[in-house]
Amino acid sequence: MLSRVAESVFWMNRYIERAENYSRFIDVNHQLSLDLNEEVPNQWLPLVHTTGDVELFEKRYSEPSPLNVIRFMTFDEENPNSIFQCLSRARENARTIRENISTSMWEVLNEFYLLIKDYRKVYMETSELHGDTLSMDLSEFLSTVRKSCQSFYGCSDATISHDEVWNFSLLGRFLERADKTTRILDMKYFILLPSVHDVGSTLDLLQWLSLLKSASAHEMYNQKYKRVDPTDIAEFLILNETFPRSIFFCLQEMQEALEKISGIKEGLPRNLAQDATTVYLNRLRSENIKSIFDKGLHEYLDDIQIELNHIGAKIVERFFTN
Amino acid sequence: MFIADYSEKNIYDEMFSNEGYPRKSYDFVKTKMESLGGIELVKRSSSAERALMSLGITFTLYGDGGEQERIMPFDVIPRIVPSEEWISLEKGLKQRIQALNLFLTDIYGEGKILKDKIIPRDMIESSSGYLKQCIGLKPPKDIWIHITGTDLVRDGAGAFHVLEDNLRCPSGVSYVLENREVMKRTFPELFEKLNIRQVYDYPYHLRSMLENLTDVSDPVIAVWTPGVYNSAYYEHSFLAQKMGVYLVEGSDLIVENHKVYMKTTKGLRKVDVIYRRIDDTFMDQSSFRPDSLLGVKGIFEAFKRGNVALANAPGTGVADDKVIYSYVPKIIKYYLGEDPIIPNVPTYLCSEGPDLQFVLENIHNLVVKAANGAGGYGMIIGPKSTKQEQEDFKELIKADPRNYIAQPVLNLSTVPTLIADKIESRHVDLRPFILYGKDIYVMPGGLTRVALRKGSLVVNSSQGGGSKDTWVLG
Repeated sequence: MLSRVAESVFWMNRYIERAENYSRFIDVNHQLSLDLNEEVPNQWLPLVHTTGDVELFEKRYSEPSPLNVIRFMTFDEENPNSIFQCLSRARENARTIRENISTSMWEVLNEFYLLIKDYRKVYMETSELHGDTLSMDLSEFLSTVRKSCQSFYGCSDATISHDEVWNFSLLGRFLERADKTTRILDMKYFILLPSVHDVGSTLDLLQWLSLLKSASAHEMYNQKYKRVDPTDIAEFLILNETFPRSIFFCLQEMQEALEKISGIKEGLPRNLAQDATTVYLNRLRSENIKSIFDKGLHEYLDDIQIELNHIGAKIVERFFTN
Repeated sequence: MFIADYSEKNIYDEMFSNEGYPRKSYDFVKTKMESLGGIELVKRSSSAERALMSLGITFTLYGDGGEQERIMPFDVIPRIVPSEEWISLEKGLKQRIQALNLFLTDIYGEGKILKDKIIPRDMIESSSGYLKQCIGLKPPKDIWIHITGTDLVRDGAGAFHVLEDNLRCPSGVSYVLENREVMKRTFPELFEKLNIRQVYDYPYHLRSMLENLTDVSDPVIAVWTPGVYNSAYYEHSFLAQKMGVYLVEGSDLIVENHKVYMKTTKGLRKVDVIYRRIDDTFMDQSSFRPDSLLGVKGIFEAFKRGNVALANAPGTGVADDKVIYSYVPKIIKYYLGEDPIIPNVPTYLCSEGPDLQFVLENIHNLVVKAANGAGGYGMIIGPKSTKQEQEDFKELIKADPRNYIAQPVLNLSTVPTLIADKIESRHVDLRPFILYGKDIYVMPGGLTRVALRKGSLVVNSSQGGGSKDTWVLG
């Protein structure tokens, strides 16, 4: 397939995955803020930390109020990673590769985009009127985003050949997902507890629980572990081999997609992207959650993000530029 | 509500005769529409437009208000061409394409028609579509024009005329196919009852025509688009998708050793046939415009050496120059020894002294067009223009008479059209699509463009025109 097309497929999927993750982030924070009592500070800035866009946020907004953060992450046109911008870019990418995807896939994405555009229009018009209260049913909106992302995945799974286009889709999707899972876990690093004595408190556990929910991992986690425990949660989201949002799982999917793309059966030389993925997977296999915590979870997650960026750069180098 | 007596004298309505009776071909459609009634019709119409929006069948307008994406307005009342009329149109179109193709072979070759003084040499050489680089060129199978969209109009008496030929990158065929799909959803009962000739197989015809351009077995075929910002981008990707071929941009291609390759994830891959949707002179910086940002260096040389086939061949623009157009009846006679089956619209050439005088004096009654204008730009419709506009346009003509032609204002035929919740008559034209491969294939139907503004004769989508599905019966 054309290198340009491979790149667009890759990015289309990254943007969709990003939009989906953003909707999870916001929703969980929203739910969390509803659960908290009045004495506990309402924290929205950690959410912006999670996305890595603090600098841009601070340039555009004077304070991390719920409304500002929500607007920044959902409809802000100046934020290249807002849900609206992700959708616009995913659709632009889809437009340039339409001949490579099915009509129903395009239709799902196009309708999704039009829907978000409508939401945005209504939001912009009414938020002026409502002042400092949220002018839409946030949960409904976020659930619409997630459902539409899911139907995009479902539709692509069921309507395009599982050949190169498909494998580049997976590559984009899982690279983005792995990155976002690290950021979800890292969010706890930025959420402040009222005092150090609160470690292990109900509030602390409530926050950990909200991370699990961000990753839609709550139910699957409960099947495996009996209680809410930070170590177990980190283990589940980093090392679990079967949960589709764990970092291990994502890397495994990427490795498989890369193998299929390079066609190991044809005896072609392996490439750097593949090597980097394999090296990292082997490292994960040899690790356990204790050694990770000993190193420091935040530092460890930083490390993974650097590794993922490295793999991403190798993919670009190998397949998208020639 | 349905049959208001809207038809005017001197206008041919496709549905109603001058006496106000429905024509035979429209009998069933008219009865059906009446029984559905206005509310139902409006309902179906909005659901059709929604479907087009969901499918993203849009074009992009660039203007003062920035960039706007919209669907081409779609009217649900079909335009019907009775089969006996179609048979004659089909013959006439084939005749015309054949003659134009022979003409191109001749003027880039021996130039007999010039030696015989049927067309003045300087008419050819001064045409902006005439490319000196193509002299002596032999395209595969001696075919230059593979894809044509010819614009047809009816005069007040109902006779079809050719208004212009589009031989470079005619667009609109994707709307024909999509409109048909939407119409099938909108009026399944009409499709069950009437024997409407199918158009869905156009992409297969297009593909086999493209395959015919090379002797390579299982050739690699690509549609070449200027990119996602081109107003016809939707169509380019649509055709590539329906044919199952690659869609490429200039930056995806590279020429090495006079062969064309595309850049893939597995390295370079040779391309054998290219359906290009990019203007001649933007194709290759080393042979044509050096400032082109869209082109591929060396592709023209690769084409000349027979290493890649291009459809349409470069150089065809000379034959759809609006001045050359006026010679087409002579061209048909010269190469085929036949009279044209579909006549031209009478045309005045501003480069001819007496014609020029006449045009300047009668501009208020004429349509004047630039020889290479398209999309409704570079033209003036006399009766609809102000005195000042006429004066300004006269200056343009005097400054460059070769570049202008004039035609009487034709009262394009009308078709009843749903406007808001009423049915009113609107002017239409017709662009059938013709493929020249092993045989000549004329798609039964074509794009009916409709001028949505009351009384307007301008049907171009860039000027607010819409479209209708075209049904050839029988």
